[in-house]
Amino acid sequence: MLERRPYLDLLTYTVLTLGVIIIAFPVYLTVVASTMSAEQILAVPMPVLPGGHFIENIRTVLGRGVGESANPVGTMMWNSFIMAMGIAVGKISISILSAFAVVYFRFPFRRLCFWMIFITLMLPIEVRIMPTYQVVSDLGMLNSYGGLIIPIIASATATFLFRQFFMTVPDELTEAARIDGAGPLRFFKDILLPLSRTTIAALFVIQFIYGWNQYLWPLLITTDKSLSPVVVGVTQMISRSGDAATDWNLVMTAATLAMLPPALVVLLMQRWFVKGLVDSEK
Amino acid sequence: MDKKVVFHSRWLPYLLLAPQLAITVIFFFLPAGEALYQSLYLQDAFGLGMQFVGFDNFTRLFTDPLYLSSFQITGFFAVGVAILGLTSALLLAYFADRVLRMASFFKTLLIWPYAVAPAVAGVLWLFLFNPSIGLIAYWLKMMGVSWNYLLNSEQAMGLVILIAAWKQISYNFLFFLAGLQSIPKSLLEAASIDGAGPWKRFWSITFPLLSPTTFFLLVVNVVYAFFDTFAIIDAVTQGGPGKSTEILVFKVYQDGFKGLDIGGSAAQSVVLMAIVVGLTIVQFRYVERKVEY
Repeated sequence: MLERRPYLDLLTYTVLTLGVIIIAFPVYLTVVASTMSAEQILAVPMPVLPGGHFIENIRTVLGRGVGESANPVGTMMWNSFIMAMGIAVGKISISILSAFAVVYFRFPFRRLCFWMIFITLMLPIEVRIMPTYQVVSDLGMLNSYGGLIIPIIASATATFLFRQFFMTVPDELTEAARIDGAGPLRFFKDILLPLSRTTIAALFVIQFIYGWNQYLWPLLITTDKSLSPVVVGVTQMISRSGDAATDWNLVMTAATLAMLPPALVVLLMQRWFVKGLVDSEK
Repeated sequence: MDKKVVFHSRWLPYLLLAPQLAITVIFFFLPAGEALYQSLYLQDAFGLGMQFVGFDNFTRLFTDPLYLSSFQITGFFAVGVAILGLTSALLLAYFADRVLRMASFFKTLLIWPYAVAPAVAGVLWLFLFNPSIGLIAYWLKMMGVSWNYLLNSEQAMGLVILIAAWKQISYNFLFFLAGLQSIPKSLLEAASIDGAGPWKRFWSITFPLLSPTTFFLLVVNVVYAFFDTFAIIDAVTQGGPGKSTEILVFKVYQDGFKGLDIGGSAAQSVVLMAIVVGLTIVQFRYVERKVEY
């Protein structure tokens, strides 16, 4: 701080505290709502202190499910986990391999391959949903984990991130490895992979969250409700026909559960999260 | 930017690239090509007959008042999200930057809306603003606002903008904070010695130095509002009331999967691709040159 200005200090803390409160309020109230019984939550105005039915709600939601679809949230959490892990691990694996190929080899059509990957940046799934759906359906991949994961694991950003990192690895290391008689795969496994740990961790955080939070794609290709991820499940628990039909306390319990894993990943891996975010946008 | 030391192998690089390229071709190029192709045909709803119609689907699209209004809605939505998301994030980042010692504490408290899925964020806010049981809806009614976003289109638009901006604040905040922390303190100190107060220092030094970051974030926020907010719309308003929150990506889905207008939906996809390509070029051409990290 440059100078002492008590009023500015006061303003600073006021703004920041207000900011945090406003940002956190919906999440706080969701957690509070998840501790209430059906009667408590329907009181107007809703109480803002916990209600004591949390364990009971968690049990109902995980085991039995909510609303018309009544698919256990436990199953949905598992689906989300598989999907998020599949997308994160899949993206990282195929990207690191292709970045290795592009950086460490000279071969015909190298530029072309690079541009083909680059162009996928411009084709988010939202803009080509109908034909992508058709392709997946033709391949018989509807209602399968493969269909949920594989179409979205190609990633230009991850490839560029690895490419950028590889460019900073000194040539002397490669030279030394070659003199010692190591082939490309050996060099990749023993030198490049260990060096890439931080980049991999950073990407993992970002991609896990990306995978966990997918909505449109699973909504389309999982007509079999037992494969729905929890993010899709939560919105389907809300009855569109009338407010009385929605079990809000249970919906909010499911929402709390759906938020938990990605929030934990961000909190526990904050350093890598920030690095991944900033680096992948460069 | 090429390595001097490389490995030699005729087949290995292709093998390494194979998984990425296979997925790219099957799930990106094929569908994109298919969209281009379908956009030139008229297809009946059961996929039985196809007829080449040239640019008719596009002409139909751009003379359709519903599509044009969806364009307007998306534009309004994107501007709203960008303004609200950027100003509030900048405000928070500016003050977080002032309290150097506690910056990381506030950072931790402010970053996690990023981890909340857009669909779940929609559900959280829906609960708060639900006209019959929502707590904020109740407060609004106490203040004499007749709140019902299910009937009032301006309220519905305001709500989805609020949710989308809320989701994006943490992202903007991180980039603004990084930008602010990279401004040399000596500049601000010099200005301070010359008698410039905090307000003046912000507008004459901080803000101009932050403009590349701001421009970068503006593009990112517009892309986000255009393409990543489907879940929010679907969870909260489903395009309603009427069609007042039907943004372009929601309309593609609605016309394609619900309306089974395949040619029209494909034409819409092609228009959207053109928009992404345009925005990506702006981002790379302009931003890459100007933004310094």
